[in-house]
Amino acid sequence: MAARNRRELTGLKKIGIIKLIMPFVPLTLPELPRMALAIRKEVIRMLGRSGSGHPGGSLSEADLLTCLFFHLMRHDPANPSWEERDRFVLSKGHGCPGVYAAMALAGYFPKEELLTLRRLGSRLQGHPDTRFLPMLEACTGSLGQGLSISCGIALAAKMDRKDHRVYCLMSDGETQEGQTWEAAAFAGFHGLDRLIALVDYNKFQLDGKVADIMDLEPLAKKWESFRWHAQEIDGHDILKIVQAVRQAQAAPGKPHVILAHTVKGKGVSFMEHNNYFHGVTPTAEETEAALKELDGDPSLSKALVAAGKIKMGGK
Amino acid sequence: MTPRLGLATRDAYGQALLELGREDPRVVVLDADLSVSTKTNLFAKEFPDRFLNVGIAEANLVGLAGGLAHSGKIPFISSFACFMICKGYDQLRMAVAVPRANVKVVASHGGISVGEDGASQQSVEDIALAASLPGFTVIVPADEHATRALVKAAARMNGPVYLRTGRPKAPLVYEADSSFAIGKGVLLREGKDVTLAANGLLVGAALAAAEALAADGISAAVVDLHTVKPLDEELIERQAKATGAIVTAEEHQVWGGLGAAVSQAVARRHPVPMEFVAIQDTYAESGKPEELMEKYGLTASGIVQAARRVLKRKRDPSLRSG
Repeated sequence: MAARNRRELTGLKKIGIIKLIMPFVPLTLPELPRMALAIRKEVIRMLGRSGSGHPGGSLSEADLLTCLFFHLMRHDPANPSWEERDRFVLSKGHGCPGVYAAMALAGYFPKEELLTLRRLGSRLQGHPDTRFLPMLEACTGSLGQGLSISCGIALAAKMDRKDHRVYCLMSDGETQEGQTWEAAAFAGFHGLDRLIALVDYNKFQLDGKVADIMDLEPLAKKWESFRWHAQEIDGHDILKIVQAVRQAQAAPGKPHVILAHTVKGKGVSFMEHNNYFHGVTPTAEETEAALKELDGDPSLSKALVAAGKIKMGGK
Repeated sequence: MTPRLGLATRDAYGQALLELGREDPRVVVLDADLSVSTKTNLFAKEFPDRFLNVGIAEANLVGLAGGLAHSGKIPFISSFACFMICKGYDQLRMAVAVPRANVKVVASHGGISVGEDGASQQSVEDIALAASLPGFTVIVPADEHATRALVKAAARMNGPVYLRTGRPKAPLVYEADSSFAIGKGVLLREGKDVTLAANGLLVGAALAAAEALAADGISAAVVDLHTVKPLDEELIERQAKATGAIVTAEEHQVWGGLGAAVSQAVARRHPVPMEFVAIQDTYAESGKPEELMEKYGLTASGIVQAARRVLKRKRDPSLRSG
């Protein structure tokens, strides 16, 4: 399943010249949905074990992460500090279980380590912390900061005439932070076109619906007026995600934002659109049901809902 | 005695940046629309490709610096002390302090000697806030020579630094060839009765105070604690033992500044009576810099009075301060 294993199987790792051109063998488009499913399952396993963390946003971003880590980004899990790597910054720091899962499945660290999430001594901190895991590129968790840091990385690349890209995954809620717009204005004015921001637009923030608390719309127009190239897509449509990022990669002159419309809790029926699971982890029973459902059998999930055992939030 | 005035420390920073720019291509400078005041405009003129005015957006300024440092640059970022530290504080925490990013924060217009602009532009809390960021080195140079040397030393060390410069011309304390090390205080004047420990503009005032005390037969030592963090505890311990009384003097709120740091060291290593010349838990106001320093007691005579108080307590430990 892991792309790293594929590479080892094909023996590419041993061939230096091929490694130079293509250090990490991406998955093909048809292989991506299965990887997205694998990420979701790891997210559920991790959070079921850790007992604290944020399932909803980790599930909504899973397809975006899949496309970036397994198809679109230039990176090498065997060489995380590779100079020419594309940089990935998770501005929505609470979504780190999704990123940890993607990283483990890509081969950055052993999958077993995922179960140490949030434990004392673990590299997998509750929010991204580069002291423990440098490949996270930035310490985040205080919302609204990742885009500025991404701009700094993109600016350094521009100064040094490097061609790597910076991908910044943001939440819709953190677009309410003023700093996001300071950074947006900066990137737009300076035409940081190797910066690609993706907004996991799952419509919820901790206390409820974004549209009720402080609506962001018209969001695409806001970005465009800050001199960004904006696209709106279905954030669970693998093909659309890949096409949108490819389009962003190909269009020079402006920074790019992809507003990816997603479903919070996507993939587990009782978590979808249910903001109770923003920051509450599944019980053992819910974990089992969710994993089963992700494997194609929703019977346990349905039974839990029918028995009135699922708490609801944010409606 | 009227001390000889040198350049403002902000001017010396501007000059040091130029030299750094010539020496090290990794040095980049960012400012938030105050480059004429912080003196980063000198660097901007010579190195336009390595300078950016990011506009009036301090939070973004600090975040950008974090990203630049992550990519191997040595960003120097400047604004007024009050804006840099207060508007960029969470960013200093997340993008700089937590990852221990190699960012040099050089903030001008520290303290109340900003003058006429009033409380909003003055900075009485910056040292406390900067020092409370884990891993930060915090420096308040006394004059132009100290500023040049310490700015360069900050560039050479790896890790986050907060260095405060000031608006007015600063009394000359050092020679052009004086040497400095971050974390090492400077014993400027020997004395046996009391130690006057100061930084920034108050070093000049402490030297003047020592002269005045000498005229009364009191032998005051003067130390420049330009590095608030890490503090030169060995020097403080030696002075506590040698003089048995300490007065700290700083252009900062009494809570969390140099005096608080020195008192921790004194309490731990060699307790002696102390007095604190500082702003007493208030914001200042508009006025000429020297008028404000006078009104808030940040003068040679303020230090002399504090020295007399502490000497009384040294002679009679049953006396209380105030």
